[in-house]
Amino acid sequence: MTARVGVVTFPGSLDDGDAARAVRLAGAEAVSLWHGDADLKSVDAVVLPGGFSYGDYLRCGSIASFAPVMSVLIDAAHGGLPVLGICNGFQVLCESHLLPGALTRNDSLHFICRDQTLRIESVDTAWTNLYAPGQEIVVPLKNGEGGFVADERTLDQLEAEGRVVARYVGVNPNGSRRDIAGISNERGNVVGLMPHPEHAVEELTGPTTDGLLFFSSVINALVTSGSVNA
Amino acid sequence: MARVVVDVTLKPEILDPQGRAVQGALGRLGLQGVTDVRQGKQFVIDLDGELDDARLALLEELAGTLLSNPVIENYTLTVQELA
Repeated sequence: MTARVGVVTFPGSLDDGDAARAVRLAGAEAVSLWHGDADLKSVDAVVLPGGFSYGDYLRCGSIASFAPVMSVLIDAAHGGLPVLGICNGFQVLCESHLLPGALTRNDSLHFICRDQTLRIESVDTAWTNLYAPGQEIVVPLKNGEGGFVADERTLDQLEAEGRVVARYVGVNPNGSRRDIAGISNERGNVVGLMPHPEHAVEELTGPTTDGLLFFSSVINALVTSGSVNA
Repeated sequence: MARVVVDVTLKPEILDPQGRAVQGALGRLGLQGVTDVRQGKQFVIDLDGELDDARLALLEELAGTLLSNPVIENYTLTVQELA
């Protein structure tokens, strides 16, 4: 049985198509999930894609975090379902309190769009287990509100528990505390990442294919846990 | 009829780059001595009928969940009775 990975579409999602394509290139079946349906269609994992859900009104990701699909997704994530939130999806995960902290406006006030070097710092997650610890990758980054903030105690806790999944290398593009580009929950099944691995899965369209391992990793995690067959 | 006003501001320790940009513009337009600018949001919520305790309690809850993010923001809630 092939792994089935859901990709949620909110009003204003942009990268659901690319996320589904990355899922397929990694060898899983991509399943479209709709924000208005409290139904995960029995998927084995979920990607919350990038974009501007609800036009970024109120706060980025805040209205989406109250969507019907999120009510079931939050419970499933607490139960161990692998969830990857990319960019706006990371904002939705923070607003849903599945991940600590918040994403705030870039310190430069500019929308940043560039190829960004990251260092993968935790490979003990459902979404990064096929990377080498400390591996540097290059994937696109594009955000206006990507500055990760949390209080010092939370930041210390994230560091101590090995939950900083990825850090910016070379330049901190948005003022994120401690150069944090991505974090996970305690269990490692929920990961939020500001840059875009789903845009770096094919040589034709991406700067690298470094992002593909996020999607291969979740398939690996599902096979290893016995959720799906190899 | 009642009007509830919810003011949302970034917590003092959170960098406010928008406020900083406004601060710069105020200076360029001749206003001297501006030491800080913080930009916030105001929600003006008009309600039918009496604002009973149950609705006020729900409003308080929503002010701290939907209207503001307690990780980065504070809010104040003010009730104005309308004639």
